Amino acid sequence: MLAYVLRRLILAIPLLVGITFISFLVIHLAPGDPTEGAGAGDPSIRNNAQARQMLRELYGLDKPLYTQYGRWLSRIVRLDFGRSFAPDGRPVLQKVVERLPVTLLLNVIELMIIVALAIPIGVSSATHQYSAFDKVTTIFVFVGFATPDFWFALLLMMLFGVQLGWAPISGLRSLNWEYLSFWRQQWDFLSHLLLPISVATFGGLAGLSRYMRQSMLEVVRQDYIQAARAKGLAERVVIRKHALRNAVLPIVTILALSLPGLIGGSVIVESVFAIPGMGQLMVQAVFERDYPVIMANLVVVATLTLMANLTADIVYGLVDPRIRFAARRGGR
Amino acid sequence: MSAFWRTFRRNRLAVVGGVIVACLVVVAVLAPVLSPWDPHRPDVKNILAPPSVAHPLGTDQLGRDVLSRMLYGARVSLSVGFVSVGIATVIGLMLGAMAGYNGGTIDGAVMRVVDLMLVFPSFFLLLAVLAFIRPSIWTIMAVIGATGWMRVARLVRAEFLTLKEREFVVWSQSIGASAFRVIWRHILPNAIAPVLVAMTLGIPAAILTESGLSFLGLGVQPPYATWGNILNEGKDAIEIAWWLSFYPGLAILVTVLSYNLLGEGIRDALDPRLRQSGRFVGRAR
Repeated sequence: MLAYVLRRLILAIPLLVGITFISFLVIHLAPGDPTEGAGAGDPSIRNNAQARQMLRELYGLDKPLYTQYGRWLSRIVRLDFGRSFAPDGRPVLQKVVERLPVTLLLNVIELMIIVALAIPIGVSSATHQYSAFDKVTTIFVFVGFATPDFWFALLLMMLFGVQLGWAPISGLRSLNWEYLSFWRQQWDFLSHLLLPISVATFGGLAGLSRYMRQSMLEVVRQDYIQAARAKGLAERVVIRKHALRNAVLPIVTILALSLPGLIGGSVIVESVFAIPGMGQLMVQAVFERDYPVIMANLVVVATLTLMANLTADIVYGLVDPRIRFAARRGGR
Repeated sequence: MSAFWRTFRRNRLAVVGGVIVACLVVVAVLAPVLSPWDPHRPDVKNILAPPSVAHPLGTDQLGRDVLSRMLYGARVSLSVGFVSVGIATVIGLMLGAMAGYNGGTIDGAVMRVVDLMLVFPSFFLLLAVLAFIRPSIWTIMAVIGATGWMRVARLVRAEFLTLKEREFVVWSQSIGASAFRVIWRHILPNAIAPVLVAMTLGIPAAILTESGLSFLGLGVQPPYATWGNILNEGKDAIEIAWWLSFYPGLAILVTVLSYNLLGEGIRDALDPRLRQSGRFVGRAR
C-alpha cells in the first residue's frame, strides 16, 4: 500500500510543475507587452509606469522565457505570488488564503450532499428499473444536466429570496451578525448557505445518480449476484452487500473526474450569491486585470484539484486491492 | 445508414430533440425576418414593460424587445456551440490520432498534456485566458474550443490504439501505404462514430459555457444580444422584472436538453456498444 501511495505522489510531481508552466504560459498569450492594460480596474494604475515596472520586475519580462519561468517558479515555490494590482496592493497570498476556506467549505459540503443523495437514488432507480421512481429520476437527470446553474440560482433567488422571503440571497452573514447570540449566528450562517448549496448540488447530483444507476445495473447482471441469489440470500443482502459495494467503486473515479467541474462551478455560484470565495476573487481579478491574483488563483485551484484527484486515487487503492496490484504490474 | 435511421426513429425523445434543434437553427437563421422589433433599438417609454401583445416577452432596462433580442441571441449560442466544438474536435482528432497511431513516447507525452489540462477547472482557465484577450464572439469560440479538446483526444486515441492492430490496417501498411493514407482512409472512417457522438454532446456543453461567461459579463459583449448577457442584465432586476431572467434561461435549458437527447439518440443508434461505456453528457464546467 505504501509503495502504491508513493508511486501516486511521485507521478503527481510532473503534473504540479505542469500546472505552474500552463499558468505561466497564460500571461504570455496577451498580444504585445503583457504589462499593457494591466490593472485596468484602477484608473490610477492603468498604463501607469509604476505598475508596468512592477510586472516587469516580477516576471523579468526583459529576460528570455526560460529565465522568466525559472524566476517565477522559484518565487512560487516559496509561496511568493507578489502583490495585487488592486488599490489595496496587498500580498496575493494573503488574499487567496482568506478566501480559500470558504470555497473549500462549500465544495466539501456539496460533495457530501451529492454522495449522500446520489447513491440511494441511483441504487433505487436501478433496482426498480422502469418504475415510476426511475422515470422521475431520469427526467430529473436530464433537466438537471441542461439547467444553467446561474439561471437556477436566479430562479431560487426570485422564489425563496424575493417572493417568499425565506432565505437570504447574498453574502454569508447578515449585517447584524455580530449582535446575534451564538446559536443565532450559526443559524444565520447556515441559512445563507442554503440557496448557494442547493444550486451547486443540483447538476452534480443529477450526474452522479445517473452514473450510480448505470454502475448498479451493470453489477446486478454479473454472475456473482446470481450466485448470491441462488444460494438463497435475502434480496436486501444481495443488493446492499454484494451489489452496492462493487457498484460504488467506479463512482470514486467518476467523483474525482467531476471535481474540477464542481470547483469551477464555484465561480458562478459565488458571483451570483456574493460569497467571498476563490471564484468571486477570480472574477474580480479578471475584471480588474489583476494578473498576479489571476495566476495565483489558477495555480492554487489546479493544485487543489490535483490533490483531490490524488486522494481519490489513494482511496480507490485502499478500497479496491485490484487497483494496487495492477499498478504494481506496471499498468497505470 | 438505413439501420441507423431505423433505430434512431424508434427513440421518440431523440426525434423530438432533433426537431427542436432543427427549429432552433431555422429560427437563428431567420432572426432578422422573425423579430418583431429591432433588437438594439431602445424605447424609453417602454422600459421594463411586462409581457404584452406588442412585446410577447416584455422589454429590458432600455426598453428593447426581449423576444427580438433572444432570437438574435440564438444565433450567438448556436454558432458558438458549432464552431467551438469544431475547433475542439480538430485539435482532439489530430492529437488523439498522433498519440494512438504512434504509441510510445509520443503517446505518453500527449496523454500527460491531456492529464495536465484536465487538472484545471475549465471555468477558471477560461477566465484567466479572457483576462488577457479581449472577449468577442470569435475569441470566445477559440478559447472554448482550445480548452475543450481533451475528451475527443482520449476517445480518438483509444479507437486508434485498437484499430491500428486490425488486419486491414496492417495489410495496408504492409503494401507501403503512407501513414497519412492509413490514418485518413482506413482508421479514421472507423473511428468517427464516437467522435460524432462526442461532438453532438459537446455542443450543449459549449453553449452552457458561453452563456455562463456572458452571464458573468466576460463573454460576448453588449450591444450584441446573447442569452447569457440578457440574463446578466436580468439579474439586476429580478425583484421587478422576472421575464428578463426567466425566458433566456428557459431557452438555454430547452436548447441544451434537446441537444443532449439528440446526442444520446445518435449514440444509441450508431453503436449500441457505446451505450454502456459511453460517457454521459458532460457539464460545461
